[in-house]
Amino acid sequence: MVKFTINGKAHSFDGDPAMPLLWYLRDELAMTGTKYGCGMALCGACTVHLDGQAVRSCVTPVSAAGGKKITTIEGVDAERVGRAVQDAWRKLQVVQCGYCQSGQIMTATALLAANKNPSDADIDAAMSGNICRCGTYVRIRAAIHEAARALT
Amino acid sequence: MADDYSSAIENEPSGIVNVSRRRFVQGLGGLALGVYLAPLMMGRASAATRPGHAGFEPNAFVRIGTDDTVTVIAKHIEMGQGSYTGLATLLAEELDADWSRVRVEGAPADVKRYKNLFLGVQGTGGSTAMANSFEQMRKAGATARAMLVSAAARQWKVSPDSLTVSNGVVHHPASGRQARFGQLAVAAAKLPVPQEVRLKDPKDFTLIGKAGLPRKDNTDKTDGRAVFTQDVKLPGMLVAVVAHPPRFGGTVKSVDASKAKAIPGVVAVVPYSGTAHTFAGVAVLAKNTWVAKKGRDALDVQWDDSHAFKLGSDKILAQYRQAAAKPGLIAHQAGDIDAAFAQPAKLIEADYQFPYLAHAAMEPMNCLVRLQGGRCEVWNGEQFQTVDQATIAHQLGLAPEKVSITQLYAGGSFGRRASPFSDYLSEAVAIAQAAGKQGVHAPIKLVWTREEDTRGGYYRPLFFHRARLALDSAGNLVGWHQHLVGQSILAGTPLEGFGVKSGIDATSVEGAAEPYDIPNRRIELSTPRNITVPVLWFRSVGHTHTAFSTETMIDEAAVAAGKDPVEFRRALLAKHPRHWGVLQLAAEKAGWGTKLAPGAAGEKRGRGIAVHESFNSYVAQVAEVTVKPDGSFKVDRVVCAVDCGLAINPDVVKAQMEGGIGFGLAAALHGAITLKDGVVEQSNFHDYPVLRINEMPAVEVHIVRSAEKPTGVGEPGVPPIAPAVANALFAATGRRIRKLPFGDQLKTA
Repeated sequence: MVKFTINGKAHSFDGDPAMPLLWYLRDELAMTGTKYGCGMALCGACTVHLDGQAVRSCVTPVSAAGGKKITTIEGVDAERVGRAVQDAWRKLQVVQCGYCQSGQIMTATALLAANKNPSDADIDAAMSGNICRCGTYVRIRAAIHEAARALT
Repeated sequence: MADDYSSAIENEPSGIVNVSRRRFVQGLGGLALGVYLAPLMMGRASAATRPGHAGFEPNAFVRIGTDDTVTVIAKHIEMGQGSYTGLATLLAEELDADWSRVRVEGAPADVKRYKNLFLGVQGTGGSTAMANSFEQMRKAGATARAMLVSAAARQWKVSPDSLTVSNGVVHHPASGRQARFGQLAVAAAKLPVPQEVRLKDPKDFTLIGKAGLPRKDNTDKTDGRAVFTQDVKLPGMLVAVVAHPPRFGGTVKSVDASKAKAIPGVVAVVPYSGTAHTFAGVAVLAKNTWVAKKGRDALDVQWDDSHAFKLGSDKILAQYRQAAAKPGLIAHQAGDIDAAFAQPAKLIEADYQFPYLAHAAMEPMNCLVRLQGGRCEVWNGEQFQTVDQATIAHQLGLAPEKVSITQLYAGGSFGRRASPFSDYLSEAVAIAQAAGKQGVHAPIKLVWTREEDTRGGYYRPLFFHRARLALDSAGNLVGWHQHLVGQSILAGTPLEGFGVKSGIDATSVEGAAEPYDIPNRRIELSTPRNITVPVLWFRSVGHTHTAFSTETMIDEAAVAAGKDPVEFRRALLAKHPRHWGVLQLAAEKAGWGTKLAPGAAGEKRGRGIAVHESFNSYVAQVAEVTVKPDGSFKVDRVVCAVDCGLAINPDVVKAQMEGGIGFGLAAALHGAITLKDGVVEQSNFHDYPVLRINEMPAVEVHIVRSAEKPTGVGEPGVPPIAPAVANALFAATGRRIRKLPFGDQLKTA
């Protein structure tokens, strides 16, 4: 039995502890905002927070979440930084197809939680694990700066 | 048809009984009325909680609820290009709707009502979504507006001419009376539909052309609520994860499923047949994707490759080289090419190589089907409704109207979801059929992993170009002779008649040597018939390769002539003012002709330019690069100018240019699918790298103000970037890159 919280709510899991957190969220809990893109931690579409750290849920077994706080895109607005990032994303109209954007927002939120005023280079370093095939990168950079401004 | 479709909807998990849908599809041609009781949510879970209410449905494209909600029915897929926003803008403009009360719903498959007026079938492609809908959606909005105005005029016993409409409210200025759309909807629904409506003078537009209008998918794509095919779950649904043969055309010889079946949760192992154009394979079915994948990984399948495609990219390329040395079919001819090349003052000769490219949309291909009661229901990010409906109907021996398609957001496509052979949809149906024969009757969601998606074919075709240019002693470009060799996208498909004339597939040569005014010109094409790797349109199609050879060769010719590349083009574009317009604008905004700020010690910097028309839109781009001493380089900045006629949503136009640059750069810098003995060598983003944020340049987009009809923006941003960067790299280093992708060619001495 593995116990953890997801977006503040207590959960316990007694299935295959090797199951990636991604599939537990999507297929067992119907929390489909977290996306499958590659299954190998190469694209970042599945990014969630484990105790505030951005992790790739496609390679994180449920067992690794034991005793931890999981935050997903569905709950990221409960915190000030997450809300600011979502607001900036909307204001600058970052999204195109939108499939990668949950992961982008989760990684950006973790970045801003750790670094209040990231430079372009900081952003590129933190965000380079998140692929966007639509090429929204210019706006992702701008939106992270915008969220940083809103948070000061 | 109506009953079948509506009862299908009544089986929705939400349990919404939808009277409106029954009315909606009851063969109402064009404009017709129908009171609706509960809004259909098209499988959009995020919206499935709306209460039922009476309302107004004046035509196939809009419904107005008593709660003031204006629902726009989008006949085109939203795959990131902003079509939902654009279509809603057109309709809401003429309706004078309150933008904040406008929502968008994907249309069902119904060619009579929702055909693409340019393509003749229901589908999205060729950057036509806005262009073909421009008048249709505006008329739909104007019609609804006229009826709401009539309803108010009757209620208030005043002349319709004395009323005004703004932001979803009808006003009678003389008396101060006003009514919201929702208050008028029921009365409006009882009125006759006007046959003639007047459209606004563009100077009166309040939404069209307005900067900063919020995208309609802005919110639910930032809070995780947007529903893609990957996210749909029906009661009893099984997920299918599949094993495909390693080579195109392979079949299943035998399967040892014992290990897979031993995995708890695996429901069935289902071998299925393919066709000449779709995969055969073995599907593992389970309720959970992870379990299905574990089962798939545990399969032991013996494949039969006896009829499979077995050549490698090297052999294909060698064959193409040989073909280029012989005469091909003549696609374009002007002047006397032999005379032009008899004694040129200067001769430029160049060979170009372009690899296969996978679309690699972020959402790997997937499709949900339910075979039940003599019908097939499909849930899909649907780009090619009429073709997919017909293909599936044929496969199942059903009438096309027995195949319904629920439109969902697509997590990218770039052309991949518009397959003339409906490949992955057809595969999902084949699995559901085969499962049914095993007694497993369940909705089946086929989910390709990234590996199946990367190896799944339907690539941008591999191309080889051989070109030679002749200049006279005054530096004039007097001869252009180019031979393109590559597979046809359209030949052998149901769409062959559409674009293949006298053996020339227009998508193979579009954009070659265009639009330059060259007195002697010959474009030849060779189309190999023995290469059967599945190929498909890839965002901007033939222009992905022709713009590269055209725009880098023009740059070479300018250098050979000792002229500035912009000035050199000017003389050749005298008859093409819109090309020249964007070229000039991009050059001016980029500071063309000024000196670039120097890089760090040992670094070389360069600026390059390219211009290209595709899908009736004109785009020019200036790229600035920095090359490090070790030959690695960075694209620092791109200045883009676009002329797409009237810009319906300027912000979406800018986004499509930014995105097109990013997409084109991915292909230019990294993109290559290679085959070894017929086996695709790449599988995921580690060996098929795409663009990441650290490689994305700063981008500046300038839109030409225009009153011309709107043209496409989804694709035209792509073609110029690769040649602009190649020309910039030449400016920095003096080295020409003619083989795609660029990779680390500048690192080798």
